[in-house]
Amino acid sequence: MSEQRVGVYVCHCGHNIAGTVDVEHVAEWSANLPNVVISRDNKFMCASTGQEQIEEDIKEFDLTHVVVASCSPHMHEKTFRNACARAGLNPYLFEMANIREHASWVHASDKDGATNKAKSLVSAAVHRVIHQEPLQPMQVDIRPETLVVGGGIAGIQTALEIADAGYHVYLVEREPSIGGHMAMFDKTFPTLDCSACILTPKMFDAGSHPHITLLSYSEVEQVDGYVGNFTVRVRRKARHVDEDLCTGCGSCWEKCPIKVIDTVFEAGLGSRKAIYRPFPQAVPKYPIIDVENCTYYKSGKCRMCEKVCPTEAIRFDQEDEILEVEVGNIVLATGFQLFDPRRIPNYGYGRLENVFTNLEFERLSNAAGPTEGKIVLRDGVTEPESVAIVHCVGSRDKNYNSHCSAICCMASLKFAHLVMEKTGAKVYNFYIDMRSISKGYEEFYHRIMEEGASFIRGKVSEITDAAHTPEEEGKLILVCEDTLIGRPRRVPVDMVILSAGLEPRADAQEVGYMFGAGCGDTGFFTERHPKLDPVATVTEGVFIAGACQGAKDIPDSVAQGAAAAARVLATISKKQVNLEPVRAEIDESRCSGCRICNNMCPYHAIDFIEADGVSRVNPALCKGCGTCVAACPSQVINGAHFTFDQLIAEIDGIMVDVTAGALEVV
Amino acid sequence: MSQKTYTYYPGCSLQHGNHAYEVSNRAVAKALGFELAEIDDWNCCGATEYFSLNRLPAYALVARNLARAADGGATEVVAPCSACFLNLYKTDKHMKLYPKLNDQVNEALGAGNLSYKPGTLKVRHLLEMIITDVGFDMLKDRTRRPLYGLNFAPYYGCLIARPDNVLDSTEQPTLMDQMIEVLGAKATDFHLKTFCCGGHMTQISEETAYGMIHRIIKNAVDSGADAIVTICPMCQMNLDVYQGYANDMFGTKYEIPVMFFTQVIGLALGLSPRELGFGQEFVNMSGLIDKIQSSPPPKAKAARRPKEALPMPVMPE
Repeated sequence: MSEQRVGVYVCHCGHNIAGTVDVEHVAEWSANLPNVVISRDNKFMCASTGQEQIEEDIKEFDLTHVVVASCSPHMHEKTFRNACARAGLNPYLFEMANIREHASWVHASDKDGATNKAKSLVSAAVHRVIHQEPLQPMQVDIRPETLVVGGGIAGIQTALEIADAGYHVYLVEREPSIGGHMAMFDKTFPTLDCSACILTPKMFDAGSHPHITLLSYSEVEQVDGYVGNFTVRVRRKARHVDEDLCTGCGSCWEKCPIKVIDTVFEAGLGSRKAIYRPFPQAVPKYPIIDVENCTYYKSGKCRMCEKVCPTEAIRFDQEDEILEVEVGNIVLATGFQLFDPRRIPNYGYGRLENVFTNLEFERLSNAAGPTEGKIVLRDGVTEPESVAIVHCVGSRDKNYNSHCSAICCMASLKFAHLVMEKTGAKVYNFYIDMRSISKGYEEFYHRIMEEGASFIRGKVSEITDAAHTPEEEGKLILVCEDTLIGRPRRVPVDMVILSAGLEPRADAQEVGYMFGAGCGDTGFFTERHPKLDPVATVTEGVFIAGACQGAKDIPDSVAQGAAAAARVLATISKKQVNLEPVRAEIDESRCSGCRICNNMCPYHAIDFIEADGVSRVNPALCKGCGTCVAACPSQVINGAHFTFDQLIAEIDGIMVDVTAGALEVV
Repeated sequence: MSQKTYTYYPGCSLQHGNHAYEVSNRAVAKALGFELAEIDDWNCCGATEYFSLNRLPAYALVARNLARAADGGATEVVAPCSACFLNLYKTDKHMKLYPKLNDQVNEALGAGNLSYKPGTLKVRHLLEMIITDVGFDMLKDRTRRPLYGLNFAPYYGCLIARPDNVLDSTEQPTLMDQMIEVLGAKATDFHLKTFCCGGHMTQISEETAYGMIHRIIKNAVDSGADAIVTICPMCQMNLDVYQGYANDMFGTKYEIPVMFFTQVIGLALGLSPRELGFGQEFVNMSGLIDKIQSSPPPKAKAARRPKEALPMPVMPE
């Protein structure tokens, strides 16, 4: 090994590190570590002056390796690797010690301890870095096709942006029609324009776009591959209707004798037939047969739809189809699910008939809904004279979901407006805090107050039909503490709307696992960086958009959909992407061919080569996780950038006694 | 089930005003094949007031009972009164949670050569014990006189469900509802099942207390109940003894018997009213026996919703 010359740079990060860690001391102390030829501290290493310092030193001191002690590698590893590369040093000869997240921030009350820990971490990096080897990134081609999962407003926006740029999109939707939750809404806040009117043109465009293959009533079953080259298996559930022949004329569902309560699109308030199209503007326009309720599948009789279909498009024997598509990028826009208010039994939902959910109210108020837009009680005829709207149901509540559902305040104001406009009823809003933060929202809040809605600040403890007084008889009584007047109150009303919160979908974990996107503690998909990289995930080539990333309203979902599309288009236009060369490699001369690693690999990246009797890693599929390295009984698998030498040296480095004057390995 | 002996903390009220509860507990225990062995030389649990007046002596007072029970080698203690249950449960829990309190309480116990290590005893309510340990299957099996045709409002009261929930739900528990159905009767949809009966409020503000008592009785009657079933002597006394006063105050004429859950079980097991302590109550409950039918009443058809009515919620699971 020729002479090693290491440069060490300790960052103050303003006060973030220097406020706790004695940065100057760490830099001075590090100068005595083996092979270190220059050790400096700097206010901001990530600033251009800091980066230039590295570049100059590499040239002046002929550095062979560089260590920066600063923040997390997630933050700035790329920055410093690039600085090394600019000075002609292979970027993999750089190592980062995280003395911010791992020292100053977590030991803010223990300055000496934090300083000692920072010294340990720098020592570990210095010991490790001299074993690092120059690596070259792999380049792979990017397929121009994209998979978008979820056909709500976020997914539709993503698909249209990419398709309009001329690249092909596969848009997969679980339900029979795209449109998502937005298609169910009546009006949208704060402008009160009709939700369907602004959505359906986009749905139509997505359904007829030459660059979009719409896979409705379909679900992704398996994802293989890596950025640029994913292979996705999609199950196209049988519609039992031949899409080539069907004209969407509607004869079949008009004549179908089986009526079913529609718990999806009509939120349980309306009905549909056993063969149905969820709503008139559905895209695609073809119906599906609900096999669970159709008489034919129960008794083999009826076949009414088949008899009346003018184009003979009914296919009782149709089966699910499996489709494999090859795509370069994937965008998840799988949306949210509504909190089930039955989980709060004291609100009486499901028991007290005039307690409605927000989604039920949307359908009630919608001109295309079960009451043609008439706001009535559950008896179907009586107009309410007083209505209570309860905010934060299942949100901002540590018993259920701690997060704010972001849309409920504004949606509740919209409900208040619609109730007052259509019925003249007295409206009471029970809120904890009003959050009207986006453009035009605060103005809308004031408008609703001026229109005469009452606002009571207090969390409703109970909704009951047990009357105390004659005036309360036959009413629903909301019990709460009005925190503005400091008294308990009982407010009798005819109708209650629960603004149930937005939750991650029940299968978000599973779906996330399939695509390599993690879920955070609230259960929504985790972005790569909450501020600076909100639509990317930790998996290259997999992006997220809309309410699957966190509760959000329509404008924000559209913005994220467009942002994800821009990210996808950027990678497509580059045509190639660099992959981290952190890969496993098998020393075939020493491989016994036991195949243990074949099954251990979570990415199916290791194949057994029959002819040679050894296993081999497909570097494009390998993610460098190291599972096989640890599993190999012969220890012949090498994880590049995480070699045994490097790890042992790192441990040696961290064991140095940082409190002693002399540098000794303990 | 083999003959099992439970360490039993009856509490003061079962000795005097609510002796009927004690009588029916003993009778049902005998019929179901378990034994209730009273803690030797137990004392008052401090009821609801003492904790608010003087906390440390209150804890020590309760802990003495725990110490005496644990001394006898018990691993669990059963209380039929919700207030007793809560105080025993709370004291055990808080001694575990707050080491300082534990030290102080044990210092006090030390004066009587006693000590208690929190967590030694599992504190249980008699209702939960019978449902869990005896079980619905056994109750059904031992039922000799199914209570067909009777409608009961299951009244849990406030102390067993809160703050720690030992039943199936804090707000709307259903374990006793299920028990009532197992015995052949019907549990009504009784909304105020976990509401406060007023406790000792009758001694402080009659107006407040009668208001609370009246709304529970009214809600139970409105739910279609023939009787209210309680699991707490305080609840039973308030709803039974003060029913007439509440009627006077509100100008109503309610006359609904208030039973202990073991009296209901005993009736179904075929025990005689006398064995179950009938006759000690204010609102006569003997009339219920005549209401028992020989066969299950026909299942009431769910009221047909009018054609124009909207469906009740069915949310996808």
